Amino acid sequence: MSAFLALVRTDLRLYFSNRRALLITVAAPILIAAFFGAMMGGSPGSRPARVPLAVVDLDQSALTRRIVASMRADQSFDLRDLALPGALEQVRAGKIRGAVVFPKGFGERAPRAMSGPGDKPVIEIHVDPSQAIALALVKGLLAQHVVREVSKVAFGEGGNGFEMPFTTRQEEVTSGEAPYNGYAHSFAGMGVQFILFSGIDLGVGVLLMRRMGLWKRLRAAPVSRRLLLGSRIASGAAIAFLLMMGIYAAGIAIFHVRVEGSWPGFLLIVAAFAILTSSFGLLIASLGRTPEATRGLAILATLLLVMLGGAWVPSFVFPQWVQSATLFVPTRWAVDGLEAMTWRGLGFAAALPAVAAMLTFSVAFGAIAVACFRWEE
Amino acid sequence: MLEATDLAKSYGSLDAVSGISLTVRGGQIVGLLGPNGAGKTTMVSMLCGLATPDRGSVRVAGQPLSETALDAKRRVGLVPQEIALYEEMGAEANLRLMGALYGVEEPLLSKRVAAALELVGLADRARDKPAKFSGGMKRRLNIACALVHDPEVLLLDEPTVGVDPQSRNAIFENLETLRDRGKALLYTTHYMEEAERLCDHIVIVDHGRVIAADTRENLLKLGTAPAVPKGPSLESVFLKLTGRDLRDPA
Repeated sequence: MSAFLALVRTDLRLYFSNRRALLITVAAPILIAAFFGAMMGGSPGSRPARVPLAVVDLDQSALTRRIVASMRADQSFDLRDLALPGALEQVRAGKIRGAVVFPKGFGERAPRAMSGPGDKPVIEIHVDPSQAIALALVKGLLAQHVVREVSKVAFGEGGNGFEMPFTTRQEEVTSGEAPYNGYAHSFAGMGVQFILFSGIDLGVGVLLMRRMGLWKRLRAAPVSRRLLLGSRIASGAAIAFLLMMGIYAAGIAIFHVRVEGSWPGFLLIVAAFAILTSSFGLLIASLGRTPEATRGLAILATLLLVMLGGAWVPSFVFPQWVQSATLFVPTRWAVDGLEAMTWRGLGFAAALPAVAAMLTFSVAFGAIAVACFRWEE
Repeated sequence: MLEATDLAKSYGSLDAVSGISLTVRGGQIVGLLGPNGAGKTTMVSMLCGLATPDRGSVRVAGQPLSETALDAKRRVGLVPQEIALYEEMGAEANLRLMGALYGVEEPLLSKRVAAALELVGLADRARDKPAKFSGGMKRRLNIACALVHDPEVLLLDEPTVGVDPQSRNAIFENLETLRDRGKALLYTTHYMEEAERLCDHIVIVDHGRVIAADTRENLLKLGTAPAVPKGPSLESVFLKLTGRDLRDPA
């Protein structure tokens, strides 16, 4: 037992004594999670970004001026009055998402077109093709503003014009106590990604020990193979667990990520993922030949794992068949499990399938690693 | 103390070791010499349980040695060819870890660590990291790591590669001290002058077989005087027995 503890203690000591590397290991996922989290809505209460849009009023009629005023009051738009060449230039430069052009005669022809067949005026929308998703938003909101103002003119100035015949009320379905926090997903995703990178370090570390003769020295000692590999798994899991807790500590302290569900469930998921990371590292050590080549391949494998696991973008945006296929990707269970325990606010029972899946993958990785491990030099 | 009988080991179609037997008694330094690819490192691996022989046996103080024979392994210390140290841990911490792996516990561990550092002349650098050491200091610490559990048998696989003359001399003195304490030492080297100075008994291997095994004095008698004006040297004997062809690995 003292040999086992000595090996684990040595690994922990070596890992955590390199403060500069440790700082980067912890800081990198926090910074990237902060970026992705802000993109995904940020903290509760943070306002969504407005769509920068140019409006070019070639008609300058009372009607178009009212439409522009109505759009300007809409919090969804960051509206800019520009001449057509300037507007197109800014769209081309990517500074605004698009430009809406009201043609000459719009104020005269639009009310007539509303009450009967006839020549409909054309509103041109010039869009940045790389921002196609903004087109649907602009078209929808534009229709709302135009129809309301045109209908006022078409059916008499005394009326309110056509309004949407309903309103909507959003209810975020989370734990019921706290609203969705975009950082909760990004910290799960980036935490999983960078902890897996630490698993690569573990695997490559064994290969480096082989090269340096340290592995030979350890194997010459009166300790069993089980103890040697077990100590690597234990130290790797302990390092992964502590790193993940450090990353989440920053998420909780700075970005208001909260474990709205079960704390024991959250800790169990982190522990299961730490074991998964460690067995993944051991798998790398057993399949790899040289540290250099192994590191490159392992990074590629890790990036595929985290991409398919929904660490970069939530898995619900994947096509259905990919969503089904990624149930066989261990990182999917890690990300989903962490989200379940944080912003989704689910209970302890919801953690168990993720924990069981990750431990199953760990056993499989470990079994392959032990079977393929090269003991003789 | 250390007895290897008819050891054989193949890697695929390559017979790395083919029926080598040797004995190292307490208070004796046996040199294992041979050109590149002769099978020296494979021999050392089998003698410390790192590789399982295809045939033959190894005994340490009468106990059979294998990878799983932990009691027998505890009696052996290995100094690998590589500088096998944790470079970012202090010298003392390296020794403490090695001691713990061999089951040495406090307060004995502290005494053994201090003694090993004292023997190799690194007592005043106990807390320094090997990363800051010279090549010679690292080699001495490499040896100390194999001594901290006070083994009866010490296997040294080319322990002086890349070492300055002063450190080499210090290492020789350390090894002679260990011999005087009754330890059994097996020493592999390419340097004939090292074997001439240190070894009481020399085994020359080539192509996985023993081609000569005798005392230093008797081997020197095999030297051909006309080719060596200054008298026979171990190097001339070695070249006579193993030939002058280069042994570059394939």
